[in-house]
Amino acid sequence: MPNSAHPPLDWPDYKSNRLRHPTKPLVPLPAAMDDLTMPVLGEDRIGAFDADLTRQHAGEPIGERIIVTGRVVDGTGRPVRNQLIEIWQANSCGRYIQKNDQHPAPLDPNFTGFGRCLTDDDGGYRFVTIKPGAYPWRNHHNAWRPAHIHFSLFGTAFTHRLITQMYFPGDPLFPYDPIYNSIQDEKARERLISNFDFDTTVPEWALGFTFDIVLGGSQATPMED
Amino acid sequence: MAGQTPLQTPSQTIGPFFNFALPFDSGPYIVPDGTEGAIRIVGRVTDGAGEPVPDALIETWQADAQGGFGVSAGFRGYGRCPTDADGGFHFLTVKPGPVAGRAPHIDVILFARGLLLHLVTRLYFPDEEEANAADPVLSAVDPERRATLVAHKDGDTLRFDIRLQGEHETVFFDA
Repeated sequence: MPNSAHPPLDWPDYKSNRLRHPTKPLVPLPAAMDDLTMPVLGEDRIGAFDADLTRQHAGEPIGERIIVTGRVVDGTGRPVRNQLIEIWQANSCGRYIQKNDQHPAPLDPNFTGFGRCLTDDDGGYRFVTIKPGAYPWRNHHNAWRPAHIHFSLFGTAFTHRLITQMYFPGDPLFPYDPIYNSIQDEKARERLISNFDFDTTVPEWALGFTFDIVLGGSQATPMED
Repeated sequence: MAGQTPLQTPSQTIGPFFNFALPFDSGPYIVPDGTEGAIRIVGRVTDGAGEPVPDALIETWQADAQGGFGVSAGFRGYGRCPTDADGGFHFLTVKPGPVAGRAPHIDVILFARGLLLHLVTRLYFPDEEEANAADPVLSAVDPERRATLVAHKDGDTLRFDIRLQGEHETVFFDA
């Protein structure tokens, strides 16, 4: 898929891709056929502390408290309103609560690592969480994932569905990560790195990061003059 | 950045550790248990070695029994089910009503560890031979591969297996 913002289907540097990517070309879905309106998942599913991952247990989780905020827009720049955003992540030691995560780092009894919210009328969202740790995986010798937060997003059409990962600025692991580097366009890759933001940072409480998301946007980075 | 076309946010893999977060109890129930005329759909996801894929997440979108899109009482239009240790998934739904010029179908999205971008496929119904033959999307697919998109009757259920590679590799769409 040339000029795509997305990674290729076939990316052997990521070992578990090898037996799972389709080998036959994708069949085009005619434009008129991909216009299914996305049902909004009910507001009743969102709980009071779902967007604050530091307040879901009796005590506060260990780690660097952060605020992650941004806007979700469509390919014309219009806000994606009232749509579900889900995030999930490892704790500050780089361990997921999920049982099959075998990384020998401690679990945090005060951290689950799952949050969700609906975008507001301006497409905005805001989560409070702790900065996830980097963690090892077995893709290759000495393989470590850069710290990241998983994001799941719904746009205004079925074709806008997106799952991605938000990274943190200046991570020294970027050059070694086959998942981050699966995105061929360097500029597109960098769009997954959040920005440290003083305006979002709350004095004496938490650092702020911004991460804006475009669903159904242009695939190709414009040529520079 | 004013005046510029917004640039797509790239996709990344769902990874192996989403089961504590994304699945929810009513996810596979597009209609509630006990709905009249409800259809149970079951399937299994396998990889290029024929091994089950135990860490995939399947999502579905479809029209309601009248051909309408959206959420109404007793119908969500959207389903979500993680695969189990054997690659299995299931949904309870109703057959979508007629939408002009299209055979009834369910849009299916598959996320999995190992996939950097989700896959899009479709489930068509085996008892709609005439409508399937006239469907513009299904009829554009290589006739030898079309069968991978049509569920088949298996007792009281409809079976829709998804093969990521290999013989009878499922047809996936560029959406």
